[in-house]
Amino acid sequence: MATDATLQFRDPDAAREIADRIDALMADVGEPVSLMHVCGSHEQAIAKFGLRSMLPEGLAVRMGPGCPVCVTNMPEVDEAVALAEDGAIVATYGDMYRVPGTAGSLADASAAGADVEIVYSASEAVELAEENPGREVVFFATGFETTAAPTAAILAAGPPGNFSVLSAHKYVPPAMEVVAELPDTDVDGFLAAGHAATITGYGLFEAFVEEYEIPVVVGGFEPLDVLLGIERLLEHIDDGRAGLENAYPRCVSEEGNTAALETMWEVFETTSGEWRGIANIPDANLAVREEYAAYDARERFEIDPDVGAADPLTEQCICGDIMAGTADPDECELFGEECTPRNPVGACMVSSEGTCKIWLEYGGRPDL
Amino acid sequence: MTRNDATTEGTEPDAVETEREVVEGDSEVDEDDGEVVTLAHGAGGEATRSLVDQLVVSRFGDAANPAGRAAEPGAVGLPELDDGSAHPISGGETSIVLTTDSHVVSPPIFPGGDIGRLSVAGTVNDLAAMGVTDPIALTCSLVVEEGTPTATLEAIMESMRATCEEAGVAITTGDTKVMGSGELDGPVINTTGIGAIEPGALVTDAGLSPGDAILVSGTIGDHGIALLSEREGFDLGGGLESDVAPVNGLVAAATDAGEVTAMKDPTRGGLATTLNEMAGKAAVGVEIEERSVPIDDAIASAGELLGIDPLSVANEGKVVLGVDPDDAEAVLEAIRDHPLGENAAIVGRATEDHAGRVVLDTGFGRRYLSEPAGEALPRIC
Repeated sequence: MATDATLQFRDPDAAREIADRIDALMADVGEPVSLMHVCGSHEQAIAKFGLRSMLPEGLAVRMGPGCPVCVTNMPEVDEAVALAEDGAIVATYGDMYRVPGTAGSLADASAAGADVEIVYSASEAVELAEENPGREVVFFATGFETTAAPTAAILAAGPPGNFSVLSAHKYVPPAMEVVAELPDTDVDGFLAAGHAATITGYGLFEAFVEEYEIPVVVGGFEPLDVLLGIERLLEHIDDGRAGLENAYPRCVSEEGNTAALETMWEVFETTSGEWRGIANIPDANLAVREEYAAYDARERFEIDPDVGAADPLTEQCICGDIMAGTADPDECELFGEECTPRNPVGACMVSSEGTCKIWLEYGGRPDL
Repeated sequence: MTRNDATTEGTEPDAVETEREVVEGDSEVDEDDGEVVTLAHGAGGEATRSLVDQLVVSRFGDAANPAGRAAEPGAVGLPELDDGSAHPISGGETSIVLTTDSHVVSPPIFPGGDIGRLSVAGTVNDLAAMGVTDPIALTCSLVVEEGTPTATLEAIMESMRATCEEAGVAITTGDTKVMGSGELDGPVINTTGIGAIEPGALVTDAGLSPGDAILVSGTIGDHGIALLSEREGFDLGGGLESDVAPVNGLVAAATDAGEVTAMKDPTRGGLATTLNEMAGKAAVGVEIEERSVPIDDAIASAGELLGIDPLSVANEGKVVLGVDPDDAEAVLEAIRDHPLGENAAIVGRATEDHAGRVVLDTGFGRRYLSEPAGEALPRIC
């Protein structure tokens, strides 16, 4: 909210001071640096405030697999579409509405008469179930720890009997490991997502830093937070050390929200699964545990989705490379041509958190 | 989040197909090949334009329409997709200006206004944005559903009357239809406005030249954010109100005070869409300084909560003007002297660089301000 508290993190003069320090650090480092963040909200902040145009040449800040909508696999969308077409009310976050599955999106299903409701929270989906006692309400639950924890809290609290969850929740840390191990990925430092870390705590990244010897700084989402996070990472790189730092202490603690975490692991367990366009990642999908099977849409319904013929254009889509940090959107032949927010080929063009959509809307690295 | 507040394109879902078949010289309508109208088509922006091109401009945009090619001075035709059309009469001494708008809004009575006020202001403002500030008359077509309380209609019609009085215009003809229960979700009101203007006083969307100052007549995003907040049930302690109002008086003050080169009312798709249209039609760039754009604090906060940019949602009582740089201060002062214009501001200028695009200086850096791709959808986090 644009309150006084946030406005102090939106002070352009203070931002220019940090940008000057970033310039000096880069001069000191003396070689190109590639940083990766793993959160669509970071990309939003960077693009919306035009922060990239403040950064020196040679400093790349790329978005990794940080858009939960983008990494949601097409068959998961197909399942949601099938449930909607079979008569359930499917509730989901606005970002998911237009994401294409193999045989269409929830928006297509809605236009064809299915009941698809956009909600802001899991509890809003529960309200839908309470208001429609005669109908099955399925919450197509997407997102990282930030949204998985509230979904878990809803299930743990015992929602109405006509409510269930189709989980496409993802768990970030294993994905960071996969990206760090990708042969073509060159990441000198990770800016970790402050939102997710409010739940998991920043201590979670200690093992990662130790194993991969890449610095991790947890950052917030106001322009000064992002710039500060970048500055801290450059300090680590300049000093040649791989440390862990919390640059978002007003929200993030070392241990996180232990109560929320406890509930999250009581309801969900990790399982392997495909992150769209990236890889099959071990332990990075969150599945509903057997104890809560009654609320698991995959257990409750026999979901038999229509699987569409693969769009030949998807073969050319480089979403996966973009999310792995090995390519920028403007390197994709489809970008802005065959693939637009109206007719997205890859999920990166759909979500307001997707790199391609953000770049098309705000002009990724514009020389303005 | 399911309705747009001023959808002019009321089409049957299969109408899109009709076009395709016509193009192929086949009169059969194939309803099964999957393409249907979506809410994005009614949200303003590129999707809307593409549908209008496909359905309407392709048929009526050519020589069949006397003003179609806008060859004559004082003529504005369909292909220009301006706020209305203009037709020179009496040997070119006068142009008749015509515009129409259908209004649906959920809820029909909303904070700061109602569908009645919206339907009068919407059409009065479209005329005003072409320079016609003393409209001759409005029409009113009303479509309501069986079971609608008469008291609701009384309130809406009374609001129309009061808004007409405010704008100095009368409704002189109209039509009423009643649909069966369940056949219509809420009242639909169409108004058409007509006015006359000297061809030289006509202001189009396309008139920007490099160097022109860009002005907005007041705070941006009020209508869209207020309605989205209302629909989402956000209680932000009140204070979020639509800006719906007829701006013809304000526009008259502006055009009297200096040379207004281009003008548009930033309704669907908001300021972002309007500026992109103005830049595109004139083939100039536009540079906007974000911190100069007046946005009410409560609207800004609600926008952050909703994940929706106030620059991308509808205004219903505002106008965006391109003004000759020498006259910019005088026009600004004239607008600020008007009761609806106290928050008016110069927010940027037209440039030769990056023709057809809008660049936003955020105070941190610069980036493009694009028009929204579809209906405004809330974000995950």
